[in-house]
This record gives sequence, C-alpha cells and structure tokens, in this order.
Amino acid sequence: MFYREAGQFKTSYGADQAVFPIHQDRIFVALWLAIAFVLVPLVSSEYLLRAILIPLLILALAALGLNLLVGYCGQLSLGTGGFMAVGAYAAYNLCVRVPALNPFVAFLLAGGVATLVGIAFGMPSLRIKGYYLAVATLAAQFFLDWVFSRVAWFTNNTPSGSITAPPITLFQLSFDTPVRKYLLCLTILALFAMVAKNLVRGRIGRAWMATRDMDVAAEIIGIRPMYAKLSAFAVSSFFIGVAGGLWAFVHLGSWEPLAFDVNRSFSILFMVIIGGLGSILGSILGAAFITVLPLLLNQLPQWLGVSMSTAMISHLEAMIFGCLIVFFLIKEPLGLARLWRIGKEKLRLWPFPY
Amino acid sequence: MGFFLEVVLGGLMAGVLYSLVALGFVLIFKASGVFNFAQGAMVLFAALTLVRLMELLKHTFNPLLIALLLTIAVMIALAWAIERLVLRPLVNQPGISLFMATLGISYVLDGFGQAVWGSDVYVLDVGIPKRPLVLLESVVPGGVLVPSEDLFAALIAGLLVVGLGVFFQKTRIGRALRAVADDHQAAQSVGIPLNYIWVIVWAVAGLVALVAGIVWGSKLGVQFSLGLIALKALPVLILGGFESILGAVVGGLIIGVGEKLSEVYLGPRVGGGIENWFAYVLALVFLLVRPEGLFGERHIDRV
Repeated sequence: MFYREAGQFKTSYGADQAVFPIHQDRIFVALWLAIAFVLVPLVSSEYLLRAILIPLLILALAALGLNLLVGYCGQLSLGTGGFMAVGAYAAYNLCVRVPALNPFVAFLLAGGVATLVGIAFGMPSLRIKGYYLAVATLAAQFFLDWVFSRVAWFTNNTPSGSITAPPITLFQLSFDTPVRKYLLCLTILALFAMVAKNLVRGRIGRAWMATRDMDVAAEIIGIRPMYAKLSAFAVSSFFIGVAGGLWAFVHLGSWEPLAFDVNRSFSILFMVIIGGLGSILGSILGAAFITVLPLLLNQLPQWLGVSMSTAMISHLEAMIFGCLIVFFLIKEPLGLARLWRIGKEKLRLWPFPY
Repeated sequence: MGFFLEVVLGGLMAGVLYSLVALGFVLIFKASGVFNFAQGAMVLFAALTLVRLMELLKHTFNPLLIALLLTIAVMIALAWAIERLVLRPLVNQPGISLFMATLGISYVLDGFGQAVWGSDVYVLDVGIPKRPLVLLESVVPGGVLVPSEDLFAALIAGLLVVGLGVFFQKTRIGRALRAVADDHQAAQSVGIPLNYIWVIVWAVAGLVALVAGIVWGSKLGVQFSLGLIALKALPVLILGGFESILGAVVGGLIIGVGEKLSEVYLGPRVGGGIENWFAYVLALVFLLVRPEGLFGERHIDRV
C-alpha cells in the first residue's frame, strides 16, 4: 500500500535510469542516511562507536570490495587480508616517509598500491578458475603475511614488528574522537558504495557479471577476459586497500602483521556470502551480521544465567558460528540481501498476501 | 652430499604426511564434488577422540584397540550426520555454497572437539618406534639420519594408498564410488543410492583422517594446530589435481621436498620462514603451466 509506484511517471531517460527510481526508495535511503549521519553519533555511547560501528563500517568497505570480485565477477579470492595489509602498510610508509603528505591522499595512494598488487596477484585468474584460483589467492595471502613480517623496510625497521599509525588530520581538524572517526568511515563508505553501485550498473559491471556467469560465452561475444577480470581485481583491491588503511589507522591504531592474517580473509568472505553475493547492500548487511554476532555470542551465557569458563565460551562461539553459517547456507543461500528483497516485495503488496 | 640426502629424505617424509591429509580431500572431491575444507578439523577431531578415549579406557585389557574401534564408529557417525544435516539440504547448490558449508563444519568440529575433549596438547603413543635410524652408511660418510617414525608413516601411507586402490578397483562399493565420481546423475539412474554412497565416502575420508591424525599426532602431539594442516594440504591438491589419488601422493612428495629444500637453501638468504608460502608459490607456478594439476582431469568448457 505504501510502496506502490503507481502514478510515478518518468519523463526522461535519465530519470528512468536513476539508481532509486521509486520515490519511496529515495525517501527511505535519505532517512537512513540522516539516521546514520545525525542520529547515531548523538545517541551512541563511545563503546558502541569504537567496538561495533567503526569496525562494522570499515569491514563493510572491505566486504564491498570483495563482493565486487567474488559476487559480481565470480573470481573466488581468499587474499583479502593480504590486500588489506598492503593498504595499511602502504599508508603507513607513505605517512612516515613523506611527512608532508596529507593522510587522505596517503589512503588513496595506498589504495593505488593495493590495486597494483591486486592486479599482480590477479594474473593467475586468466589461466585458472574456481578452487584453484582460491588457493592461488591464498598464496598471495601467505606471501604478503611473510613479506610484512620479515622485510624490515615495511615496518620502518621496528624491532618489535608492531607499528603505530600517525594521527589523521585534515585542515587542522584532527580525527581523534570516536564520533569524528565514525563520521569519517561513514563518509568514505557512503562514497565508495555509490561508486560501486554505479560501476556495477555500467558497462564494466555487466562485463563482470557476464564473466561470472559463463566466461567462455562472454569471451565469444566480445568481452575481453583480461580486461574484465583484471579490472575486477583492480577495483576490488582498491576498495580493500583503502579499507585496510582505515582499519589500521582508525580502528587499530597500532598493529602487527597478524592483524591481517588468513582468519581476516575468511571472515570477510563469510560477510560476503552471508550478506549476499552480487549485492552492494548485502556486503553491508553481512558485515553487520558478522561483526555483531561474536559480541552477542559472548554475552549469551551471561543472559542465560549459565556460568562457564572463557575457554568453553569461545568453543561454543565457534560451534554456534559454524552452525549459523551452515544454517544460513541451507535456508537462504542468496544471503541477507535476498531476505531484504523478499521483504520489499511483500511490502509492495501489503496488506494483501499476493 | 649426505646433508642434501637428509634434507631430501626429510622432505619426502613430510610430503607423505601432507599426502595423507590430501587423500581425504581427494576422496570427497572425487565422489561428491565438494571441496571439504573440514578435512583438517576431521583429522584433529579423530586424533583427539582417539587420544582421550585411550586415556579414559586405560584400565581395560587393550585400550588402543577399543579406542580405535570406538573412534572409527564415531567417524562413521560423523559422516552420517554431515550427510544428513548438511549435504542433503544443499544438494544442487553451487560449489561455493558447499565449500562455505564445509568451512562452517570445520568451525563446528573444532569447537565441539575442544569443548568435549579439552584443548591441551596430548601425547599420542600407538607404539610407533621413535628411534632414529642411520642408513646408507656405506654410500655416504656418516650415514643418513632418518627418524624411524617417519619411515613408519611412509609405510602406513603406502599401505593406505594400496588399500584404497584395491578398494576402488576390486570391490562393488568401490565401483559404485567411481561411478558417482564420474557422473552423479548417470550413477543415480543406474540405481546407485547417492545418499548412501556419500555417507560411505565421508566415512572413508574420516578413516583416512584418523590415520593421518594418528601419524601426525604421534609426531607432533595432538593439538589445535593439527586443524591448520588443511591449509597446507591445499597446494598438494593443486599440484596433483583435485581428483587424483596418485596426484595427492605425488603432489605431497613434491611439495614436501620442495619446502624443505627451499627452507634450507633459499631460506637463509631471504630471512627464513619461507616454508609458509613456498608450497603455495610452487603450486601456483605448476598451475600456470598445467591448470588442472599434474594428474587432474582436463576441464572442457562448453558454451
């Protein structure tokens, strides 16, 4: 009843091809943005911002990047942690070695470095597909892990292996309070999500999706596979590299190579799968799910009034996490984004059932 | 020369251990097309169950035998549970869904195994002699030092491969498994019950995981890091091809030797610790030359 588009006529092609053609959609998105930018910083506690919202936003950006690669282009990649590390260390080295450089420019350049690394490690995708490619990207992950642990130049020759990021300032405004960090991450995520949405609706996105669906047929109709696959790796690595820089600078503050290990890659892959492959909103929903879940699971024994050792709690967490993943895959393999779409469809027909 | 031989032999032994884990992967991939990431967790679970049962039953007349039988029963029950709860509902889903499901299973097995049996390091002693042997004294001055438990591991792995080969070639169930590996739908239309076959495959893979767990566990002690061996077996699979038992063995040997040689000869030049990624890079190089692995089946993409 509220969501019908009856009476909304478009008078130009541009209006017809808008990202949100339905008026109610635009109101809805504007409302969400207003809540996110204005309401949330006002009512959230510092813990909520630092422990939940900021990691959620940064990991949503990484999941967005990975979704472009896995969901839209069909190239399975397990090297996300490594690319985040590339972004983080590149940003660190740029900020430390070129002190005059603005941190934001450093982030973008770090994203560029991650892009180059992503293209280099994406070269095997031209020859191999599927699980083989997944293991090739695992090679990238372990190799990058090793490079950042052993090659002292990247960590500025610190003896401990753990480095601290310089503070981020822009035009005398320092991003040190949680609210400012939250707004920074939110702005970057919103911008990048807009860019991603437009990319996938355009020529490049269609090339990616054709390659995902049947790459031989795509090649036959004229989509150059090298261009499609490597551009997917490039754009995805850019997003992931910037996310890595943000993760290191904004969330962690100081880190060591272990922060970007293979578990990080798997958790971002989980976000993409549970959120929904091939969906921008899905990446964000998946990131929210995976970020909030361990916190909920941690609190669960307390709420139930059962006391158990922390070791037992972490074992139970692992079990429930695994069960939830399998449950999700069985019940809704297309992810949370599909549940959302089903909800919207129901809303269109409400109050009628069909 | 003697040192080089020792490194090569050590690499071959390590390679045998990798092959044992990769065998389980290959079995499941051949028969159900599922890349079972939970194989490492199964190795850990099987070893944990065996060790703890041996401890619980240590006052009976033969703790090893009873614990072994009970563990085999547990692994068969696990295979049945996985088939019923995970594989059957996910029957026609794309490969990545099944891969993620096995990832979920590995988390569950890790958590469950450690919640039930505890997460300490346990010593597994099944009677494998641990005395190091010195071989080839006449050929090389001083001889070559070979740990005899590695020799035993190689022997067990060899027996296992031969046993699996006989199972697949000579028995009726083995033929049915090969038929399912070839083409699920054709096998089903001939009357082979797919669900039953999958339980059998996962049970056999579970038993292979048990053997791998025993061998690794006696060498390293049963601890949580056993579950991470799955990640090490992946390059073995790439090298050998995902669908070939011979490939798993040969790939394991190549990876083992390559790793040890690179660590000893290349490692000091680049700061050490390259064991972690060398296997992957080696597999990657092989892949660029032969994308299906040495013994894998060529995929012909049809439009």
